[in-house]
Amino acid sequence: MNLAVIPVAASVSEWSDSFLERLPLFARDWLTSWLPEPWRWLVNSLLSIAVILSVFGLLFAYVTLAERKILGRIQNRPGPNRTPIPFTKFRFFGLAQPFADGVKSLTKEDVVPRGADHLLHFLAPVVLLAFSILTFAVIPYGRHLVPVELNAGVLYFFAAGAATELAVFMAGWASRNKYSLLAAMRALAQLISYELPLLLAWVPVVLVAGSLSTTEIVAAQAGWQFDIIPHWYVLTPWGAAGFAIFMIAALAESNRSPFDLPEAESELIAGHLTEYSGFKYALFFMAEYFGMIALSGMAITLFLGGWHAPSPYLEFIPSYVWFMGKLSALLLGFIWIRATFPRLRMDQLTRFAWKFLVPLALINVGNAAFWSLSLHWSGPLQIFRWLISAFVVVGPFVLLGRKLSAGVAPRVYRYAV
Amino acid sequence: MLGTGLLQGLGVTAKNFVGSFHDPARLTTIEYPEVKTKLPEAYRNFPFLVTENATDPMGTLRCVACQICEKECPPQCIYIEKSKDKKPDAAGKPQLFPAIFAIDTSVCMSCQICVEVCPFDAIKMDQVYEIATTDRFSALLLNREQLAKSNVYYHEIHPTEAAEVDARLAAERKAAEAKAVAAAAAKAAAAAKLAAPVAPKPPAV
Amino acid sequence: MTAALVLIAVFTLATAAVALSLRNLIHSALLLIASWFGIAAFYLWAGAEFVAFAQVLVYVGAVSMVVLFAVLLTRRSRADTVIGPDSVARAISAVITGVAVFGVLGVAILKTSFGRLSPADVPPLPGGTGVSSVISAPTATVRDIGIQLMSTHAAALLIIGILLTVALLGAVVLAAQEGPESKHESP
Repeated sequence: MNLAVIPVAASVSEWSDSFLERLPLFARDWLTSWLPEPWRWLVNSLLSIAVILSVFGLLFAYVTLAERKILGRIQNRPGPNRTPIPFTKFRFFGLAQPFADGVKSLTKEDVVPRGADHLLHFLAPVVLLAFSILTFAVIPYGRHLVPVELNAGVLYFFAAGAATELAVFMAGWASRNKYSLLAAMRALAQLISYELPLLLAWVPVVLVAGSLSTTEIVAAQAGWQFDIIPHWYVLTPWGAAGFAIFMIAALAESNRSPFDLPEAESELIAGHLTEYSGFKYALFFMAEYFGMIALSGMAITLFLGGWHAPSPYLEFIPSYVWFMGKLSALLLGFIWIRATFPRLRMDQLTRFAWKFLVPLALINVGNAAFWSLSLHWSGPLQIFRWLISAFVVVGPFVLLGRKLSAGVAPRVYRYAV
Repeated sequence: MLGTGLLQGLGVTAKNFVGSFHDPARLTTIEYPEVKTKLPEAYRNFPFLVTENATDPMGTLRCVACQICEKECPPQCIYIEKSKDKKPDAAGKPQLFPAIFAIDTSVCMSCQICVEVCPFDAIKMDQVYEIATTDRFSALLLNREQLAKSNVYYHEIHPTEAAEVDARLAAERKAAEAKAVAAAAAKAAAAAKLAAPVAPKPPAV
Repeated sequence: MTAALVLIAVFTLATAAVALSLRNLIHSALLLIASWFGIAAFYLWAGAEFVAFAQVLVYVGAVSMVVLFAVLLTRRSRADTVIGPDSVARAISAVITGVAVFGVLGVAILKTSFGRLSPADVPPLPGGTGVSSVISAPTATVRDIGIQLMSTHAAALLIIGILLTVALLGAVVLAAQEGPESKHESP
């Protein structure tokens, strides 16, 4: 039996023309049909921008609420449940809390230090948010739902993400506060250190899929083995390693626990955000959450098969629902990790990136190259292929892990009895 | 191996999360003000005056204005003025009563010394803590009417203490009654003895 | 689409010119970064997607950090980041150098013969977006660039890789050597 993986053209499936799948397209065509021909592309673009901003804006608001409630439950308390819907008494477990938070941050006084560089102080959150939103353009949210189809989509995504680092520097510099500047430098060091594992983590995916275009990468993960196991890259040894490295680097890139040294309250107050208040602070956090959502979306595209269903019997659920489900699962994973792990110190952070993640990511590239070269091994050799690939993942992990925690003995706690 | 501790930690938080929905030990928050904590019996806040029944609070105060608590109070926050006349108390004996009994709760430090020294079990510690007001001075000075609460209330907040006090007071009352009965009997006997004609002296021989 | 080209050119040149003339060093650095964005926009206009995104990723993402760190770590106080005008001799030699470089580049560009397109070469745009009169140069897909890099220009790629590795090792050696110099003798 030949178990070789053969990618199937993605959009040809019995469900690709179903009503639910085409529903967004019908809506878009109906809206643009009100206008004459030359304007349609403009309204098309504006419509996709509006949909992305509203959907992910709402998602951002409810992710903050979900985070507070889930963190609360893990910490044996209920989380916010008091905010009622305005002018009524209905609380609904605090579902109106994000809007209360929004009103609070909008109405807070915007304090800018007198010696601060006002233009840069204003531009920093704007630039950060602009580039974070730009990254949403290439993620395929559904079978027919890609805002912009680019030949080098993945590269565009990470280029826009790299430009956000500039905003962190601008925030720290413009505050005219030496502690903010120090913290901004540390934040930049963290961002640059983790950019390398982040970029190296998707190189194997591009290698195996043969394209930098996000839609083609999703198409390369189509199809199922025995109608149960999907061809997602995360279910291969190098894919699992790549996914883990990508998620860890994504945590660090969006300044998220346990890598949230730049914004920790006990370190240098709020780091590079010390001199920001009110709406600008809210914009920084919006940019952080958008970064989280965008990186999760890219992880889904690269490793988790994009909008594909895990089994052909579940294909009646539309593709965008699957995408949102996977996105929610990843975001809940982010929240779970935040609740569990203590913060990493600066030197631990950088050591982890350079001495552990980068070598692992480089080895992963080699592993993926071996995988794609051994595509046509047949029969029992397939088992060897899996075993060799898994060994190349697990071996260096164990060895590097031992080296990473060498010289650090397990803590022995002695209590005064 | 690297990562085993991480996975164990993730398991602990997951257990906490799932447990918070069905296990009360994993969701320990008491959502005040809809739910209030059960206070321990010995909890105390500010004093109150015990009355025997609630229908005539001022007439059945146990306090006899002996002013011992006023003298013993460390921050001197009690102010008492004796009445000019006497009223019969629960045992029927005419006693003085406080015309003015005021406690300044902004000064009171809840030390319970007034309760410990009162010979009549007239002042006890209350447990109410939701007494915040917007007036810093006159609203924090509690007068006799505000301080008087019934014995039934005392039983509700300090059940064992109140039962013990009631038993003691009842025993005292019984002892006093018995003594009064004995004294009356003795008096009656003495009176009878006095009223009885003197036995005629036998003629002198 | 000359309107787009003119806009991009004006933006790039303006930001570069203002970056040269500003007193505040950090502002100049940030405007220089904006001019790199302009160059990336130009690459996009010319249809070279891969180069445009690589430009943003490398220049704005990494080289800008190098420039900013260098400025910050070599200035002792905030006043040092304000630069004043220098001597006249320097200004004259700068102008001469600029004109010379401009001349060389201009002659090189004018003398090179780029392939001329005839209208029959232009393929119809997919989807019919209704935006007319776009003559696009033959775009190189990422696959083509990759094949070219790995076959025709493989030697150049390997040499550049070796150069970068040498630079990285040199940086590591330099950074590691600072230890003994910073030890002070205790009295």
